[in-house]
Amino acid sequence: MHGRPRKAPKPEDLAASTAKAEKLRILQSQFLLNHHQKIYTKEALELSSKLLEINPECYTAWNYRKHAVQHSLFESNLDPDSVNSILDQELRVVENALRQNFKSYGAWYHRKWVLNKGHSSTENELRLLDKLQNVDPRNFHAWNYRRFVAALLNRSDEDELNHTQDFIDKNFSNYSAWHNRSVLVSNLMKKKVQAFSRKDEVLIREYELVREAVFTDEDDQSGWFYHLWLLDQTVKAESPLLASSWPAHGSEITLSGDRYLDLGSSSPFNTYQFDSGSLPLILYFNQAVEGVNASTVTVSSGLNVNMDVIWKPILSNNSKTTQVWVGQLKFPDVELDSLGAYTMEVTLGHSQGIISSSGFHYSHPSHFSFTVHVQPAKTEPVEGLGSEKISWRDENFHIYESDSLESNSVLPLDRLSIKNEREPTDSSWQAKIIDEEISNFRELLDCKIGKLTLARLLTARDALMSSDKPVHSEEVLRLYSELMKLDPPHSRFYKDEHSLVLLEKVISGRESFLSYCFRYRNLTSSSSSNPIYLRLNGLSLSRLGSFEKLLWVQMLDLSHNELQSIEGLEAMQLLSHLNLSKNKFGSFTSLEPLRHLKSMKVLDLSYNEIGSHSIDTTRYLCSSPLCHSVGSEWDGSEIVTDGVSLVSYWEAFFILRGLKLTQIDIAGNAIADEKFTAFLAKVLPALKWLDGVQLN
Amino acid sequence: MGELVVDKHVKYILSVEKRKDSFESVVLEHLRMNGAYWGLATLDLLGKLDALDSNEVIEWIMKCQHESGGFAGNIGHDPHMLYTLSAVQVLALFDKLNVLDADKVANYISGLQNEDGSFSGDEWGEVDSRFSYLAICCLSILHRLDKINMEKAVNYIASCKNVDGGFGCTPGGESHAGQIFCCVGALAITGSLHHVDKDLLGWWLCERQVKSGGLNGRPEKLPDVCYSWWVLSSLIMIDRVHWINKDKLVKFILNCQDTENGGISDRPEDAVDVYHTYFGVAGLSLLEYPGLKAIDPAHALPVDVVNRIFFQK
Repeated sequence: MHGRPRKAPKPEDLAASTAKAEKLRILQSQFLLNHHQKIYTKEALELSSKLLEINPECYTAWNYRKHAVQHSLFESNLDPDSVNSILDQELRVVENALRQNFKSYGAWYHRKWVLNKGHSSTENELRLLDKLQNVDPRNFHAWNYRRFVAALLNRSDEDELNHTQDFIDKNFSNYSAWHNRSVLVSNLMKKKVQAFSRKDEVLIREYELVREAVFTDEDDQSGWFYHLWLLDQTVKAESPLLASSWPAHGSEITLSGDRYLDLGSSSPFNTYQFDSGSLPLILYFNQAVEGVNASTVTVSSGLNVNMDVIWKPILSNNSKTTQVWVGQLKFPDVELDSLGAYTMEVTLGHSQGIISSSGFHYSHPSHFSFTVHVQPAKTEPVEGLGSEKISWRDENFHIYESDSLESNSVLPLDRLSIKNEREPTDSSWQAKIIDEEISNFRELLDCKIGKLTLARLLTARDALMSSDKPVHSEEVLRLYSELMKLDPPHSRFYKDEHSLVLLEKVISGRESFLSYCFRYRNLTSSSSSNPIYLRLNGLSLSRLGSFEKLLWVQMLDLSHNELQSIEGLEAMQLLSHLNLSKNKFGSFTSLEPLRHLKSMKVLDLSYNEIGSHSIDTTRYLCSSPLCHSVGSEWDGSEIVTDGVSLVSYWEAFFILRGLKLTQIDIAGNAIADEKFTAFLAKVLPALKWLDGVQLN
Repeated sequence: MGELVVDKHVKYILSVEKRKDSFESVVLEHLRMNGAYWGLATLDLLGKLDALDSNEVIEWIMKCQHESGGFAGNIGHDPHMLYTLSAVQVLALFDKLNVLDADKVANYISGLQNEDGSFSGDEWGEVDSRFSYLAICCLSILHRLDKINMEKAVNYIASCKNVDGGFGCTPGGESHAGQIFCCVGALAITGSLHHVDKDLLGWWLCERQVKSGGLNGRPEKLPDVCYSWWVLSSLIMIDRVHWINKDKLVKFILNCQDTENGGISDRPEDAVDVYHTYFGVAGLSLLEYPGLKAIDPAHALPVDVVNRIFFQK
């Protein structure tokens, strides 16, 4: 019961209601009798229309009338006059029902069904709609029906756009009309219909229109989402592009016989433990793609023109596309004890086949190269990390002192992004439009939508720039801080946005970046097995991003933040040490990306909220039988020991099985009782350290 | 504000069945199956499912099943996907799915899938992304998702996505929180949430919270307790529920209680009904209100019932 006041009914009302109910009850049972006995006489039909007038939601009565129409059409021998009179009668019944309940699904569908029977009075439908839409311009049934009739009449998108414009002109506060506009303008741009053939001109016109709406009443949401869509249309690259890779363009790799790789032997940023006998190659695209394989990506070296690389997508759930693809580069032809340097060339986009989830092809050929040096084996094997306990305490780290001999180019951040020639630049039409919008929205800074839109515009402007360092981040951070105070119910939305900008700022720019790079204990920089720890702890981050700049990271400290999700972390395929202690993780399902990080050895999850919540917000973002993304291999009896039923720990089971963790910390979570730690030891056979205690 | 008046709500739900002579109850007779689901799911969330004789309910449910395998909203009415899901959900609540011929029900549903992957609600051919959810949720509970073309079903739902991140009834239809729940729920159950732009939809959904703390279903509309379910469950499935203020929403729902006679209404001081009572209680469960069973945001059944179905084969 929507919008009916709560009050005790007066006795006379109660009596009237009972009488009305009795009448309706008789009507309904008579109707059902007719329905079951397939009685389609005039009286029976009248009874059903009377019933529908009182109760348009009685779906069985609509079904009955459809049977009756079919019956009468058959009887009429399809004589055009009788057909029309039969269908006319139905349209009248629907109109009466709609008058009683404008939102009745059954009534609207009955009308569609009748028109699909070939009724020719479709012009009348537009008149009826005009009448109804005047009464309720936001009724979504009527708008749906309008689109149906427009298609039936073959009305052009331009005509429908004009009709929609009338609604907006009458009252801009009509979200339904703005929605319909977005559908029509999308279609017209796609078809490149005249006046819609130049995207920049269309966008300038649309910005102007929606700005008027937003500026007229800044609290009215009708234009908000339309404006954000325009911004997306302005900056979004339709075709997929390679955003970054590992190894990065221009990097030097030393491949030693003792199965250690030194990437640029003077830099610890790229030390990579070469356990598997092959070198991983990571491609990170600006959007999810499929079709990365040996024919769409060519990898060649001096030795071998086209090396055989098997590419694997990092897929979540039942997705077929992903931003992250990993290839394993094997060196079957290389004698590891022979000296030599080989330049590896990677080319993609030369042939069609890499396609985004929205169907766009990778169409601009890209290319990057790096060098592999082969050196003779060292006699003494270097002791790898993982055999001793890692302690994340501050005193175990010292800040990385950048070697003056080390050239700028050794730092990973300077050669991260692949330059794509057709990307927008400062002088592009995109930049001009955004600059114009920025100056407009600087006039609307006393309200939330003004601040939020400006923050989004500035972020988009930074992304267009050719320099890697965002120039507007200070201003954007300030805007989000103000929004948190201005609009407290949504403060955590702004906080997440704030975190993304903060993280981007922190890792961009040499000086800032270096202040987060640490080395473990007193191992000297000559030891290649002591790579850089990126310590982004205590920054009050609630959300992660900028993964395209972090592909090289193997050791990452994110402790003492406010994270509840590591969405996107699966891109960091080299990660082997990860500290997530003292955050807000609420469940194992929120750690889904870990499933894809097969190099992971050391994991600290201590002091989170795992096991404290009854509602799991990542329950369906994690592969499991619940979302049918883990197949038949699930067997409830797989691990049941000491009376521990797997049902209570299925989340941890699906995330952790398959990982070769040697160290895990779980203390300080509600889930971490004795039973659970026993379960962990069972599900992680390589485990040596559990909550700081050595296992036998 | 006060607390959740559990005992009064239980009493209210049990009394609805007995008040058959009011006009409202006669008008709603054709969807009694939905009513049974709303009422019984509420009782279960309140921990009082045993207040009712399950045999009586199950007997009535089975009388609503047709030869086709589909269920009607009440005895004598026609079968429809809307009531088929409710019937299966109620049987799941009672752990009595075994009384069903699951293949027969699954055949009814798979027979309603269209060439483009969409689903009709019944034999008369109305197409709506709501029906995609009903089909997928029902088959999931019955372990029969392999009976349909899942890829096409998912692609059809994705084609209902709008530029605001939401979903409509059919391609081009306006976004609406109820419709969004159906589409996001179906995508969740089929492991296909990658089709959702979580940040864009998350912003649209969190902006449904109005000053009073309540949620509306579309921009510039009034808040309504039922959106505590449609909006909240969607926000939870895409991990963006922290973008709204939960305390204010709890307050809004509790303010919609009839603290004298039980039941919850759409807005404070309006007349209560079973539908809003269910969505209010389910909303509170999603908000982790103390003392309530947790509810699964996609299958719309208590978590223990869903876990029983999927992890205790």
